[in-house]
Amino acid sequence: MNSLRLFTRFGTDSLRAISRGNRLYWIWISFLLLLIGAGVTAYVHQSRGGLITTSMRDQVSWAFYIGNFTFLVGVAAAAVLLVIPAYVYEWKPIKEVVILGELLAISAITMCGLFVTVDVGHPERLWHLIPYLGNLNLPRSMLAWDVVVLNSYLVLNVIIVTYLLFSLHAGRAPNKKIFLPLVLFSIPAAIGIHTVTAFLYCGLPGRPFWNTSILVPRFLASAFCSGPAVLIVLMQILRRFTRFEIQNEAIWKIAELMSYAMGVNLILLGAEVFKDYYSNTEHLIHMRYMFEGVDGHTAIVPWMWLSVFCSIAAFLVFLVPKTRRNPIWLNVGCALIWVGVYIEKGMGLVIPGMTPDTLGEIYEYFPSHTELWVAAGVFATGFLVFTLLVKIATPIMLGEYQPAGTKLAH
Amino acid sequence: MSQHESNAHSSPGCGAHACNCAGESEAELLEVPLTDGPIDPEIEAATRREFLCIVAGCAAALTVGGCSEITHTNFFQKRFRELGPEERASVIAGLEKEYSERFGKAVTVSTQPAREDVQFGYALDISRCIGCRRCVYACVKENNQSRDPQVHWIRVLEMDKEAGIDFEHANAYYDAETVPRPGHFYLPTACQQCDNPSCVKSCPVGATWKEPDGIVVIDYDWCIGCRCCMSACPYGARHFNWTDPSLPSEEMNPETHYLGNRPRMKGVVEKCTFCVQRTRQGRYPACVEVCPVGARKFGNLSDPNSEIRYILEHKRVFVLKNELNTRPRFFYFYGL
Repeated sequence: MNSLRLFTRFGTDSLRAISRGNRLYWIWISFLLLLIGAGVTAYVHQSRGGLITTSMRDQVSWAFYIGNFTFLVGVAAAAVLLVIPAYVYEWKPIKEVVILGELLAISAITMCGLFVTVDVGHPERLWHLIPYLGNLNLPRSMLAWDVVVLNSYLVLNVIIVTYLLFSLHAGRAPNKKIFLPLVLFSIPAAIGIHTVTAFLYCGLPGRPFWNTSILVPRFLASAFCSGPAVLIVLMQILRRFTRFEIQNEAIWKIAELMSYAMGVNLILLGAEVFKDYYSNTEHLIHMRYMFEGVDGHTAIVPWMWLSVFCSIAAFLVFLVPKTRRNPIWLNVGCALIWVGVYIEKGMGLVIPGMTPDTLGEIYEYFPSHTELWVAAGVFATGFLVFTLLVKIATPIMLGEYQPAGTKLAH
Repeated sequence: MSQHESNAHSSPGCGAHACNCAGESEAELLEVPLTDGPIDPEIEAATRREFLCIVAGCAAALTVGGCSEITHTNFFQKRFRELGPEERASVIAGLEKEYSERFGKAVTVSTQPAREDVQFGYALDISRCIGCRRCVYACVKENNQSRDPQVHWIRVLEMDKEAGIDFEHANAYYDAETVPRPGHFYLPTACQQCDNPSCVKSCPVGATWKEPDGIVVIDYDWCIGCRCCMSACPYGARHFNWTDPSLPSEEMNPETHYLGNRPRMKGVVEKCTFCVQRTRQGRYPACVEVCPVGARKFGNLSDPNSEIRYILEHKRVFVLKNELNTRPRFFYFYGL
C-alpha cells in the first residue's frame, strides 16, 4: 500500500515536472508540437493517397523511412556504451549519467516504431505481428525477429528507468539484485537489436550490396558513435541549465570511445570499398552508384562524399585529446558524427542497396515533401518524448524530492 | 487541433480513405480544412473525419467493428489459411457481393485448392520471344491489375545479343515500331515461383506462402505492406499498390481466385500466380495463350508425358540467378 502511494506521488511529481518550465522549455515544446502537427498533416495526406505520395516505387521500395529506422536503431544503443564502463568496470563518472542513455534508447525505439508504422501500407493491420493474436513468422522472418528484439529492448529500458527513478524518488536505494541483472541484460539486448536489424539486410542474397557479413560489425561500430554524440550534447545542456554536475572526464571518456568506434567503422567501410573495387565484379555497380554515379545518375554521390568527409573529420577530432577536450571542437565533432553516420546508415545504406534494382534498372530516388514532413514529425515526437523524460528524470536524479538532497545513489 | 480532438468520441470514423460510414455531412466536414501545414494544396481536402481516423486509428475500427472500405474486408478476419470452411464461405460470399456491387457484374471468387499430383512448371523459349509484350497486357487484363498507375507482373527485358544475359545493360522500356529489333533478344521475367523463395521467408506475418502445386501466393487481406518480400525477391517480381488500383468495370475480369486475380486494395503486394484461377481448372495461363510465337510453355512437372517435362529433358535449359539457390519453377530454354 505504501509503495502504491509512493508510486502515485512519483506519477504526480513527474506530471508536475513536465508541466513546469521556463520560457525556453515552452518554446522548444511548442516548436516540437508544431512539427508534429505538420507531420500528422503530411501523414494524413499519405494515408489518403497511398504511399505513392512518397518517392518510393517498385524499384526502390524501401527508402527514407526505413533508412531513418535503421539509423535510429543505432542511436538506441547509446545506453550500452555507457552501461559497459559504468557497471562492468564500475567507472563512477559515467555511472551518474547512464540513465540518460536509457532515456535516449526509449525515445529512439519510439521513433523506430513510428518510422516502421508510417512505412507500411496497412498500419491498421500491424496487429498481425502480435503472436497468437496475429501470426508472427518466427523463426524465419528477420523483420519478425526485429519486432521481438526491439520491443523487448524498449520494455527492458522502460522497466530499468522506471524502477531506478521510482526508487530514487522514493528515497530508497535501488535494489542491486533487481536492477543489475536487467542492466547487464540490456548489453546483449542492445547488441541484439543491431545485429538483427543488420540481418534484415544482409540476409537477402538478391541484394549484393547488403548481402555481406561485415554489415553486422559495421552497424555496431557506427551505432557506438551516433548515440553517444547525442548524449554528449545533452550532458552539456543539462550541466548548463540545471544543477547537474557532469564531470568533464565522463564526456571526454565517451568522446574517446567514440573515436575508437568511428575508427573501426572507417576500417570496415574501407574493407568493403576495397573488396568491391578490387574484385571488380558486376556487384561493384552499387558501390559505383554510391561514390561515382552510374550513367549520369549522381543524386546520391555528393551526400556519400559528405558522409565520408564528416566521418573522417570526426574521427580525428575525437582521437586527438586536445581537440576532444576543447568544448567547441567537441560539439563540432558531435555534429560531424551525426551527419556522417546519418547519411551512411540511412540513405547511404538503403538507396545504393536498391539501385540499380534486381533487374538492373536505375530509378533515382530522392525523398518527397510528404516523406520529409512525416519524418520531421516522427523526429519531433522522439525529441518530445526525450525532452519530457529528461525533464522528469533530472529533478529526481538531483535529489530534489528528498529533504536530504541525496544524489543518484546506486 | 483541439477542435478536432474534441470531436473524436462523437464520430467513430474509420480508415484512411473514402469511408461510407454514417457521420457528418460533407458541408460540415469542409468547414475544417487542414491548411496550416506547409504541405501541398491537395491536403486541403483532408476532412475532419480522416484526421480523426488517423488519430483514433485502430481504436475506432475496434469499436465500430466493420469498416469494409479500409481493407475491403473485416478488420478481424483471420489468415486465409486458418479460416474454417464456414468462415471461408462467409468471407467469399462477402467478397463476391462487394465486388459484384462495385463492378456491376456477377463476380465469382474461387478458393479452388491445389490439385493432387500437379506440380506446375513454366518454360520460356528465348530464341523465339520477339519482345511484343502481348503477354504483359494479356496478364494485366486477365489478372485485374491496376490500369493507372499501370502494374505489370511481366517485365520484358531487351538485351544486346553481344552482351548476352546481362541485367545491368537490360532495357525494359524499349520503344520500337517493330520487334524484334536487330542485334537484340528479349527476356521476359515474372515471378519465378521459386521452390526456395526468399520472399516467403522474409514475410513477418506469413501473408505469402508456397501452395502444394508450387505457386507462391499472397493473402491480400493479411499483407501489412511492409515490402520485405520486395527487398528479398531477386527477380523484381513483386509489385506494390502504391495507391488505389484503378480497374474500370468494363475491363474487370469477373472470374477470380481469392489468392490470385481478385481486385486488390492499395498498400498490398501482388505478383504473378501462374494464373491460379485458370490453371487449377486445367487451362493455360493468359500469357501462354496469347504468345504469338509459342515461346511460352506451361504444364505439370509431375506428368512424365507433359510438354514441360519434354523441354526440361531435351532442351538446353537454365534458370535466372542460379547462384542464389532460389530453385525457380520458371525455366528458360533455347528452342532453336
